[in-house]
Amino acid sequence: MIQPAKPADLVTVNIDGKDIAVPKGTNVIEAARLINVDIPHYCYHPKLTIVGNCRMCLIEMGMPAVDPATKAPIMDPATGKQKINWIPRPQIGCGTNVSSGLHIRTQSPMVKDCREGVMEFLLINHPLDCPICDQAGECKLQEQSTGYGRGYSRFVEQKNVKPKRTQLGPRVTLDDERCILCSRCIRFSKEIAKDDVLGFIDRGSYSTLTCYPGKTLANNYSLNTVDICPVGALTSTDFRFKMRVWFLKQTNSIDTESSVGANTVVWSREGAIYRITPRRNDDVNDTWMADSGRELFKSVKSADRLTAVKVNSADSALDIAINAATQLFKEGGAAVVGSGRSSVEEQFLTKKLADALKASVSLVSRVGEGDKLLVSADRNPNVRGALVTGLIKSLPSQKLTDLAAAIDAGKIKAVVSVGEDLAAAGLSAAQLAKISIVYLGTHANATSVAAKVVIPTQSVFEKNGTLVNQQFRIQKFARAVPAPAGATDDTVVLAKLAGVAATDIASVWKLIAAEVPALTTMSYANIPETGLLLDATPFAALPFVEGETLHYKPTAPVAATA
Amino acid sequence: MNLKAETLAKIDEVITHYPVKRSATLPLLHLIQEDMGYIPEKAEEWIAAKLEIEPINVYEVVTFYPMFRRKPIGRRHIKVCRTLSCALMGGYKTCEQFEKEFNTHRGEVSPDGNVTIEFVECLASCGTAPVVLIDDDLHEKVDCAKAKQISDQIKAEAKKR
Amino acid sequence: MADLEQRRIIFKHIDEPGYSNDIACYVRNGGYEVLKKSVLRKPDELIDEVKKSGLRGRGGAGFPCGVKWGLVDRKSGKPIYLIVNADESEPGTFKDRYIMHQDPHQLIEGTMISCFANNVKQAYIYIRGEMPHGARILEKALAEARAAGFVGKNICGTTYSCDIFVHRGAGAYICGEETGLIESLEGKRANPRIKPPYFPAVLGLYQCPTIVNNVETLCHVKYIAEFGGIEYAKIGTPNNTGTRIFCVSGHVQRPGYYEFEAGKITMGQLLNDVCGGPLPGRKFKAVIPGGSSAKILRFGERYKGKRKVGADMVDYDWGVEDVPMDFDSLGMVGTMGGSGGVIVMDDTVNMVEALANINAFYSHESCGQCTPCREGSLWMKKITTRMVHGNARSEDAALLKSVADQIPGRTICAFGEACSWPTQSFIAKFGDEFKNYPESKKAVKPAEAQTLI
Repeated sequence: MIQPAKPADLVTVNIDGKDIAVPKGTNVIEAARLINVDIPHYCYHPKLTIVGNCRMCLIEMGMPAVDPATKAPIMDPATGKQKINWIPRPQIGCGTNVSSGLHIRTQSPMVKDCREGVMEFLLINHPLDCPICDQAGECKLQEQSTGYGRGYSRFVEQKNVKPKRTQLGPRVTLDDERCILCSRCIRFSKEIAKDDVLGFIDRGSYSTLTCYPGKTLANNYSLNTVDICPVGALTSTDFRFKMRVWFLKQTNSIDTESSVGANTVVWSREGAIYRITPRRNDDVNDTWMADSGRELFKSVKSADRLTAVKVNSADSALDIAINAATQLFKEGGAAVVGSGRSSVEEQFLTKKLADALKASVSLVSRVGEGDKLLVSADRNPNVRGALVTGLIKSLPSQKLTDLAAAIDAGKIKAVVSVGEDLAAAGLSAAQLAKISIVYLGTHANATSVAAKVVIPTQSVFEKNGTLVNQQFRIQKFARAVPAPAGATDDTVVLAKLAGVAATDIASVWKLIAAEVPALTTMSYANIPETGLLLDATPFAALPFVEGETLHYKPTAPVAATA
Repeated sequence: MNLKAETLAKIDEVITHYPVKRSATLPLLHLIQEDMGYIPEKAEEWIAAKLEIEPINVYEVVTFYPMFRRKPIGRRHIKVCRTLSCALMGGYKTCEQFEKEFNTHRGEVSPDGNVTIEFVECLASCGTAPVVLIDDDLHEKVDCAKAKQISDQIKAEAKKR
Repeated sequence: MADLEQRRIIFKHIDEPGYSNDIACYVRNGGYEVLKKSVLRKPDELIDEVKKSGLRGRGGAGFPCGVKWGLVDRKSGKPIYLIVNADESEPGTFKDRYIMHQDPHQLIEGTMISCFANNVKQAYIYIRGEMPHGARILEKALAEARAAGFVGKNICGTTYSCDIFVHRGAGAYICGEETGLIESLEGKRANPRIKPPYFPAVLGLYQCPTIVNNVETLCHVKYIAEFGGIEYAKIGTPNNTGTRIFCVSGHVQRPGYYEFEAGKITMGQLLNDVCGGPLPGRKFKAVIPGGSSAKILRFGERYKGKRKVGADMVDYDWGVEDVPMDFDSLGMVGTMGGSGGVIVMDDTVNMVEALANINAFYSHESCGQCTPCREGSLWMKKITTRMVHGNARSEDAALLKSVADQIPGRTICAFGEACSWPTQSFIAKFGDEFKNYPESKKAVKPAEAQTLI
């Protein structure tokens, strides 16, 4: 018999007078979080080992009193309830795992006194440079000093002097005077990035965070140390001094550099993106993302961005271009090159277009080396979306060999490419010259140059959509910034080309829900921010290229990476 | 790394004392410091390779323990105890006497290269304060007169070299 | 005064003319006989003897040794390690030094008996780096003992094997803290571990159950194995059994080490009768009874209360001189017996300067891992150093107390207490001296006064 739940794994604890049931083994910080009680902390991080060094999360702890001999509960006559034996010393919340009957006080005078003491100690050697510190606005020290700081300093001695502005690596800058020695960055480098180059040297209050001389913090995850630094010690060299964080708008997005689909936040202001940071998803990327994925927004404003609709190399307008394309298709022999980088919505409409044209569909595979963490071997973020929508039945190859042969055979006269550079995908200049190309894309390339019709489209930061990652988890991204003038949402272009009446993402999803069996109950709005897992079993036999990553284990035999 | 054969043999032997190689970090640092007089940077990397750990792990350890030094010192190492019991019996004067004798300051190599004087924390011989550890040898009840006498001896030995 | 006879158990042969630290001399004096007999007994029996003996750890905390052994996880299937804490570094303490230098085989025998009792197959002696000769002597002694079959394979011809290696520290006080020591022995910075979960008895060296005992404690085990726990418990006083070695330093006529039955001697007897009293023309001012972290006692203050004598509660009204030198009595007067390091200060000492000296020590020795100790110890040092060498303010006393109060009980290890108790107790006992220091520091110092910071 299968138990519906496992009540044995839940224990009841009491936090500030409130009973809650939490999974056994949860630490006190996380248990309190469940009832919106904040226990301030610096060194604790849910995804790193616990060291208990900052002492900010000190709480009072007690257990129900029992008679040592009979084990009978000892009652408190005043309350009529079982008496609680409070431990006289405060305990760290991060290092205390809940057990049945545990009582916690997070608001007692002793706890307040502990927090105030720790705050004062952390601040005495901390520079007072918040006005020029990048961390201001998202600094835990700043936040907690509002609640537990004195507002004035009793420290009249010389502050410790430590190195300022050390370049730890190509992307991370260190200010040792701001460091509160929480060791999160050291633990991250050792435990997650497996690049043990950071450490503390010297001792006591003179302990100093250092990268081993001659080495650099250069791994592709180095910027996570900046994310988890609770203070302004580690800052992003790229973001440094660019913008105050409180001016920035946060938009949920997905890292499109591989099929891992790390959840991200895009930080923007007035149409410009300033940085990308990871967004916690315990089933996908925990709280991490690769440095490489944070660079992706830089192409948004690059010089080779397509912004003008072109028909036969002359500036044109969208509807004229759509008509021109339709004319080209009428000649017959059309083929569609879809993309593993397109969203689910775009792939769905690409399929509609291919069906309407009775055209063959190819996708271009991109394979790199997986890093076993958050960049997988499949560098297309959405090959599985193409499978789920039925755009393709088998996995794509890296070169468009079949299409090339069909062109050579004179069977194909027109090709629609959804953002794929056909030249890069193996078509020769001679082959390109033989066909009429309709190119939908964001950036100029050999294909856009050769195309008869060019329709500029939008980057992942400029539109809404969904992607299906390697786990078959459908995840959504949202528009962070407006697209440049002249660039149209791919779904709009594809809908027009396919002759489908769909004007926005909601209407596309009505069609998707009606036509794609795996997605029948869904809409863009009802997909949770952390995604939804789809049924992967129909595709279990396919030889996906990915090896193991953080939260993914390949189920099918791993294909040779040709 | 140009270590004596004897040191290398000791290193290989001491590693066998532990089920986890990293435990030999302190022993190896001691052996290399005894051999070379200090811990050069390349020694940290050498030890890391030997013990299959990262150089930062060794660097962290070298800087944590005051007995390890990353720079060469004078020919003799004079460590005067600074802590309470010795200070109560004149440890500060003893240290100053040594500084005067060798015309140097604590923490520095004397101009003639003969000594490095350090003011260190408790040497665990408080009953015979003030105490001074010179290289490996403990000298007890070192008042100013005795400090002068020891200094003269060191200078005389240096002259013979 | 018959009462003041030393009872030398552990220090029986220390400074004995003709006694040497080689195995021949040790065996000539009956050495290793107890080990030979012990390895033929049941290990549990030996643990029981130690429990019955009431032996309390001699490293500083006074934790019952039998209880410590009782906590060891023996069901994990993992090897059990024993570490001899020979990192003697609490200022004022210098007893283990003499055991290791002059009678190393006594330690080895006590260690091996303890290893056998606890089914330990590998032990380490963690000796502080500043005792290079001590390390060499121990290594030589271990080689001798190995050759004689007392250490290593098939001890005393039995199937029991256990080796002991010497491991040298390198100048870090915090290695005296058992989990800091374990980290150091694992080749890391000696950052003490959080407890829970890293209780050495369960998750110690290499995450295996580990016993960490002080040098002197293990020597007592040898004595207990020889005469039995009940016999041993007859020495000293109830709950403070056996002998204690007092290390007296500072301003007395005869500083040194003295071994007495625990609780059978008072502070006054120790300092006046045994150590010859204050230096000529001076008066005792204060004494730290258990290593420099213990709270200071001021001569002239009185301690009153009730204490248990046998089955009765009796009133006591003690001056410093009347306090019996045992864990419990010293605890009752608000300080501790600690490691037995008695530091005496006479009337030439300025308390602000003495505290500045102690604060310099603790701030230098803080591992720096956790906030209150790391920042608090250095802050207190900076305040007291400034008071002496710079601008002393009358409000500094209150500030010092407030800073010190923010440390103990809130740190990973007991160093938080060790570094704050001196400041707390100096201010409590000599608050006026601190408040008046801005004025008094201008006065001419007595000629005998030493520089302390």
